[in-house]
Amino acid sequence: MRMKQEFTITVFSENQVGVLTQITNVFTRRNLNIESLTTSMSAVPGVHKFTIVVFATHDEIEIVRNQIEKRIDVIKAFVLTEDEIIHQEVALYKVPTKALLSGNEIESLVRKYGARILEVTEEYTVIEKTGHQNETQELFDKMDKYGVLQFTRSGRIAVTKSKNEFLDNYLKTIEQKQKGLSAN
Amino acid sequence: MDTLSKTAIKKDIQTPVRITGSEAVVRSLLNEGVDLIFGYPGGAIMPVYDALYKVQKELHHILVRHEQGAIHAAQGYARVTGKVGVAIVTSGPGATNAVTGIADAMIDSTPLVVISGQVASGLLGTDAFQETDVVGVTLPITKWNYQVKKAEDIPYAIARAFYIARSGRPGPVLIDITKDAQFASLDYVYNPIHYIRSYTPVPDVNLDQIKEAARLINLSKKPLALIGQGIILGNAEQELREFLEKTGIPAAWTLLGLSALPSDHPLNVGMLGMHGNYGPNIKTNEADLIIAIGMRFDDRVTGDLKSYAKNAKVIHLEIDEAEINKNVHADAPVIGNVKDTLPLLTASVSPNSFPEWVEEFRACYRIEYDRIIKSQLNPAKEGLTMGEVVNKVSEACNHDAVIVTDVGQHQMMASRYFKFKQTRSVVTSGGLGTMGFGLPAAMGAKLGAPDREVVLFVGDGGFQMTVQELGTIHQTKIPVKIVLLNNNFLGMVRQWQELFFDSRYSFTELINPDFQTLAKAYSIETVKVTKREDLDDAIKQMVNHDGAFLLEVVVEQEGNVFPMVPSGASVSDIRLE
Repeated sequence: MRMKQEFTITVFSENQVGVLTQITNVFTRRNLNIESLTTSMSAVPGVHKFTIVVFATHDEIEIVRNQIEKRIDVIKAFVLTEDEIIHQEVALYKVPTKALLSGNEIESLVRKYGARILEVTEEYTVIEKTGHQNETQELFDKMDKYGVLQFTRSGRIAVTKSKNEFLDNYLKTIEQKQKGLSAN
Repeated sequence: MDTLSKTAIKKDIQTPVRITGSEAVVRSLLNEGVDLIFGYPGGAIMPVYDALYKVQKELHHILVRHEQGAIHAAQGYARVTGKVGVAIVTSGPGATNAVTGIADAMIDSTPLVVISGQVASGLLGTDAFQETDVVGVTLPITKWNYQVKKAEDIPYAIARAFYIARSGRPGPVLIDITKDAQFASLDYVYNPIHYIRSYTPVPDVNLDQIKEAARLINLSKKPLALIGQGIILGNAEQELREFLEKTGIPAAWTLLGLSALPSDHPLNVGMLGMHGNYGPNIKTNEADLIIAIGMRFDDRVTGDLKSYAKNAKVIHLEIDEAEINKNVHADAPVIGNVKDTLPLLTASVSPNSFPEWVEEFRACYRIEYDRIIKSQLNPAKEGLTMGEVVNKVSEACNHDAVIVTDVGQHQMMASRYFKFKQTRSVVTSGGLGTMGFGLPAAMGAKLGAPDREVVLFVGDGGFQMTVQELGTIHQTKIPVKIVLLNNNFLGMVRQWQELFFDSRYSFTELINPDFQTLAKAYSIETVKVTKREDLDDAIKQMVNHDGAFLLEVVVEQEGNVFPMVPSGASVSDIRLE
């Protein structure tokens, strides 16, 4: 299939220095631009999780997944499409407090988009919104009419829609197999 | 106190013994069964060299003349023995000099462990003297790498390195050890590693995959097997023969699969690839089933992928899951070590034979013989051809030598015209095509296979890239036979310039030194041949000489390697001239 579509790749690895470079190198080598990347400790102690969003074809992403898993410290990589995940990102908007005081347009945007005010100073106000990228973008476009001083968005984090945690099952399977082998 | 004798070492797998980091490096290598290493000392690796000094009888160290030579020698050693090749280099330029060889080992799946010295951990990141981020530089070209900053991490790092290097699809591993870690002390215990949670070297065999592959084989009328290095790496030569002989399927080999099947085997139909034989290339698109065994569909083999094996289903026997569907779509992947999957496949297929189909390959060979091979092996013209030299050397060695090649026209000629009876008889740089690979790799190969004749074929270009290793050959007295095919040109590039750039020979002509004087400077016995009538005697002299020998043969200046599949063309468009 030749069409590029959005994929979310979750990678679980051992918590080792240099794994991030090895993972991103796979994308660089194939000239794929990473749209977003988040990384943090996973729920499993000692296991690190990376969530990467990229536009690619179906064939490309399979190859990418295999190349990532090839790295010794990578435990498993999963490729998910938008309909297989529930995802969020956080966005912060800094607007001049003046804009808030000279009317209630920003206040009604905040209300309408379920955003919240994090911080108010004489100079500026910081607003936070969680949601999908198109929602945070929409709020930005509307707020920028009043002048957004600074804007930043986090990368995407996601959980799968399936009942079981893929990684837990996978770790259990390989540990059982290893116990079986050492018992022999 | 004798801390590094064999008995002392045998004990320390279980009982901790207090030693320095550098002694731990040496002991770990001995515990892994290493008895030969290649290297070049320097400031950041001196403590390890001091420890090496005390165990010279158990752990032989070969001093090379350039770190690139150390890596290529370790590769040559690994290729003929199947063991992990080991090289030791210092920090900074020592490590960067090793990069080419490490990249070469990575792309050709050769098991190597490279130990590099590094500046003291307190100096890291300060641009200290001879400091380079070798871990960063080699991340994409190693299977795994690791920087050790504490002495107590040394045994674990080395055990992990050997396990990773040799298991599954082999590859190079680099361990970077800071100088202070080499000096510090630790309570040394050695625990070899057999399991890493995040690493599955050999995936489980899937019996459904075997069944589907067998089904396709049983239905096929024009099957062709493609044999690659996977057979040699898996030690599956016997299993391959049994599979081919039961199914009657003709087999063609890749450059790195060369010698896995004896040259005279009735089902051996020749070499694949850009300069392979006519039959295997042209018949690929007539086959209805391609069985790829331990090969990765490199672009030199497939030519233009859009027109490759269009009429065939593809079975792909492969240990590395990432190779399946990477270049060519596999209708029936068969994951696992070919040593395990081939016998299962053989048991599931029906005995068969394809005499007419195999005869078509023979017919192609006859065409190729008339148009190309005859004039290469028995030229009427005055100038010596590379093919005739290779052929005569092969005969003089009874078709039983290990050949090592450098890169270029001579490499293709040697692969096409040398004959092989046993496996692990070819050491060549395939994936990376590193000029300069030949001479040091031949040193390593000879040291790994002292009982076999090791013959190096090298061109005047590649020879000069690592010619300094003549010093190693002289000092260590390695009896390599070097056949220097001298056309005073960068032959392969010149051929492309002739065929595709209207013979504009841009910077490919080499004004060479007197190689005879050069060899004599290194006390290496040598002979130069310029006329056909002198060739046989010179070859005999080389083979009978009890030591290193350089046979320089001046060959025709503008000889070309044919057949040829032009870059980007279909394998069906293979050119005979």
